[in-house]
Amino acid sequence: MARRITVDPVTRIEGHLRVDCDIDQGKVTNAWSSGQMWRGIEVILKGRDPREAWLFTQRICGVCTTVHALASVRAVENALDMEIPLNAQYIRNMIITAHALHDHIVHFYHLSALDWVDLVSALKADPNEASKIGESLSNWTGNSRKEMAAVQARLKTFVDSGQLGIYANGYWGHPAMKLSPEVNLLAAAHYLQALQIQRKANQIVSILGSKTPHIQNLAVGGVANPINLNEPSTLTLTELTHIKTLIDELGTFVNEVYMVDVGAIGAFYADWTQYGAGVTNYLCVPELPLDTRGTKFELPGGYITNGDISTFKPLAGFHDAEFEKNVSESVKHAWYEGDATRHPYEGETEPKYTDFQDNGKYSWVKAPTFKGKPAQVGPLANVLCMSAAGHEPTKKHLGRLLGIVEGLAGSKIPLTALHSTIGRHAARAVRAGVYYEALNNQWNLLMENIGRGDTDTFNPPVFPKGEQSGVGMHEAPRGVLSHWIVIKDGKIKNYQCVVPSTWNAGPRNAQDELGPYEASLVGNPVADPDRPLEVVRTIHSFDPCLACAIHLHDPKTGQRVTVQAL
Amino acid sequence: MNIEALGITRRDFLKYCSALAVYMGLPAALGTKIAEAAMSAKRPSVIWISGQECTGCVESLLRLNHPTLETLILEKISLDYSETLSTPAGHLAEEAMQKAIEENKGKFLLVVEGAVPVKDGGIYCKIGGKPFVDIVKDTAQHAAAVIAIGSCASWGGVASAEPNPTGATPAWKVLEGMKIPVVNLPGCPANPYNFISTVMHYLTFNKLPELDGKLRPKFAYGRLIHENCERRPHFDAGRFAYAFGDEGHRKGYCLYQLGCKGPETYNNCPTQLYGDAGSNTWPVGTGHPCFGCSEQHVGFHIPLFTQAKVQQPTAGPGYPAADSAKGSPVTVGAAAVLGAGVGAVLGASAVVAKNLKKASADQPTEKHPE
Repeated sequence: MARRITVDPVTRIEGHLRVDCDIDQGKVTNAWSSGQMWRGIEVILKGRDPREAWLFTQRICGVCTTVHALASVRAVENALDMEIPLNAQYIRNMIITAHALHDHIVHFYHLSALDWVDLVSALKADPNEASKIGESLSNWTGNSRKEMAAVQARLKTFVDSGQLGIYANGYWGHPAMKLSPEVNLLAAAHYLQALQIQRKANQIVSILGSKTPHIQNLAVGGVANPINLNEPSTLTLTELTHIKTLIDELGTFVNEVYMVDVGAIGAFYADWTQYGAGVTNYLCVPELPLDTRGTKFELPGGYITNGDISTFKPLAGFHDAEFEKNVSESVKHAWYEGDATRHPYEGETEPKYTDFQDNGKYSWVKAPTFKGKPAQVGPLANVLCMSAAGHEPTKKHLGRLLGIVEGLAGSKIPLTALHSTIGRHAARAVRAGVYYEALNNQWNLLMENIGRGDTDTFNPPVFPKGEQSGVGMHEAPRGVLSHWIVIKDGKIKNYQCVVPSTWNAGPRNAQDELGPYEASLVGNPVADPDRPLEVVRTIHSFDPCLACAIHLHDPKTGQRVTVQAL
Repeated sequence: MNIEALGITRRDFLKYCSALAVYMGLPAALGTKIAEAAMSAKRPSVIWISGQECTGCVESLLRLNHPTLETLILEKISLDYSETLSTPAGHLAEEAMQKAIEENKGKFLLVVEGAVPVKDGGIYCKIGGKPFVDIVKDTAQHAAAVIAIGSCASWGGVASAEPNPTGATPAWKVLEGMKIPVVNLPGCPANPYNFISTVMHYLTFNKLPELDGKLRPKFAYGRLIHENCERRPHFDAGRFAYAFGDEGHRKGYCLYQLGCKGPETYNNCPTQLYGDAGSNTWPVGTGHPCFGCSEQHVGFHIPLFTQAKVQQPTAGPGYPAADSAKGSPVTVGAAAVLGAGVGAVLGASAVVAKNLKKASADQPTEKHPE
């Protein structure tokens, strides 16, 4: 007899997520993913100046800060068929990569590591042994015996205080926790060090973007940063040199710590390569434009069908009709009127809250599909597609990570192992390696371009009379993001966002096929239904962001709002 | 708290606390008291609940350097619940929160992040099956004080922008009549140093810092951005940027003509900065106008490129005083500029006056709603 469990709220994510599972004989047999909050930001945008839409959309999410700002200015620029100065592309690209590095590091260490690492067990560790393990795996200078002893003392003081705060009721001593006390201590040290290093990534974003969360240097047509090597109060060599210093520090951590830790977790929890595959149609878009029109990119995009990498098909860029044509969404199981499946440009929706119905409507998130099928987006989709596209840095970092796992596990790890809960963590680490190189490259490109005497950062937008529409794409930390805008006489007529966590957290679609979160949970082991750590592991591996996943329109005015691919 | 175990000497910690006291506008000697409070045996309980938010205010804590987030939650406070940070999920997290409320009744600080949707019985945000509006009320009644962090909790923020589809409401309004002290820390997100200094003030002196009429701590929100802006001399001298990338913009001139809301927004951005990353790390510093994210009725309400009302016009030393008896606030601001004489960039005071009413040829100024 199956037992029903409800995890609400799912913590250590962004936003409000409820997950329900049926558990039978120690395994998940059915699952439901339900978004629990809605604000209506697209409704708020109607009638406003397209040049300020990004200030509103960025507030969709403070974890995925920057991404909804970028997608928004790209959508308006796409509608106006604008070119963007090279310097502006490079500055945006540096913000994209620096933000993603912060995001991936925080996701692994602070939002999901405690699914695999037992902090309480670290108190029993021998700091000498922990240091030896760390030093055998990498050249990182933060693995010394003294460091391990200091971290252990700090933890002990904290635990002895009896006030465990956010760590109270954690999964300490859970049977699914497998690491030795020494490895747990090493991970605890890196948990604290990662907090320091992610601040460096944020400083890069702050210097270029004014602040973070929520940058304020964008403009439709470029960026608001003036480059003037001979004036204070502009972007000068002082700031750019500071940024380069921070990039180098980040690179060391990504290569010597993050990548190694994920490899080690993968090796110690190799059984988790069997769980959590779920939906294996993968979708990503190209990112880091290298020209003023957005036709050449540093990172390729495309899609893969049924987990078969040989099916990879590339997506060309911001104007790719293949993408634009083939996205639709179903509201059959979401809290909106009706059960239609429509293209984002054609949809009409109106909220209809019914509370949670297993076989009916149960989420504010809609169910998007690509070519009629659910698709998984995010780092795993990105890494598999970039690898299939022959992107050398991706292949290099993926090879290195798999090598670390194989070295520790003592067995060959096939690429198919990536279709899993642990595979999503691995892909995120690989992408961090790729992003660090890309960040460095974008910094070099900016310096070279300034050296050539080009200091342009802004082309003024011109809004003609009549109607224009455009899509802004972005490969965000959590995957494919697209903003769709219709402009009429210089004002926003319609606005929609199709967001990574909508793709992944969506409920069942029109054919009652499970969304990626749901499908990935089926078959997961659950040792103790009262402490369903394994469910949390798989959900966290997607890096959920629920504020992003949900937005739409006004229930009471009776106003019908076109579209909404969330 | 055992600071020595953290590798911090008592002397260094006292120095840090004295600096913190000065930052909060208090005598340095009070640093000792702050240090004692911080080192007291039991760490004070803080419960952080999240409603219609984007988690940006939690994210901002990750950028703290002095002290760091880890120091804050391991050694200064006991953060007993946060949907974003709590290790356990579901009922295990809810149990931990209920236990913390029971054990710290009347003593814990409640932080509310996000707006509170009240329309349709509060269905637009539910946690653990319960509408957020009920969670706010039920939790606040046991708290010592409430800190509404960010513009959403302080005045509704982005979710409350027209047409406010979900009835997004600020925390103080939901709690009206409950006799619970509320402090607002607006900003999108709030500067994390304004949060930590408010918490330290409360823990040290057992009371909230002095608040203004909008429940904001004066140490952080007592001055208009315009009053402490490093570009203020350009405003007074009539030197403006009129478009991104123009000559004035590339010389670091005042962004007033681009719609900067510094003249009507109270916050300490220009002095506190963001991310501890050097001198230009705030919006105006990088060349983008302030859009008033922390000011009620300004951010998300007045369009980005619409000119601000100059609330407290003053001319720089040596310039004729502005005659505030004449004309609209914008005209008064113009007086300050005209008082500066001929704008070097523009060439003639008549042009200055004209341009104060017109951001630039391709960016027509919109009427400021009253």
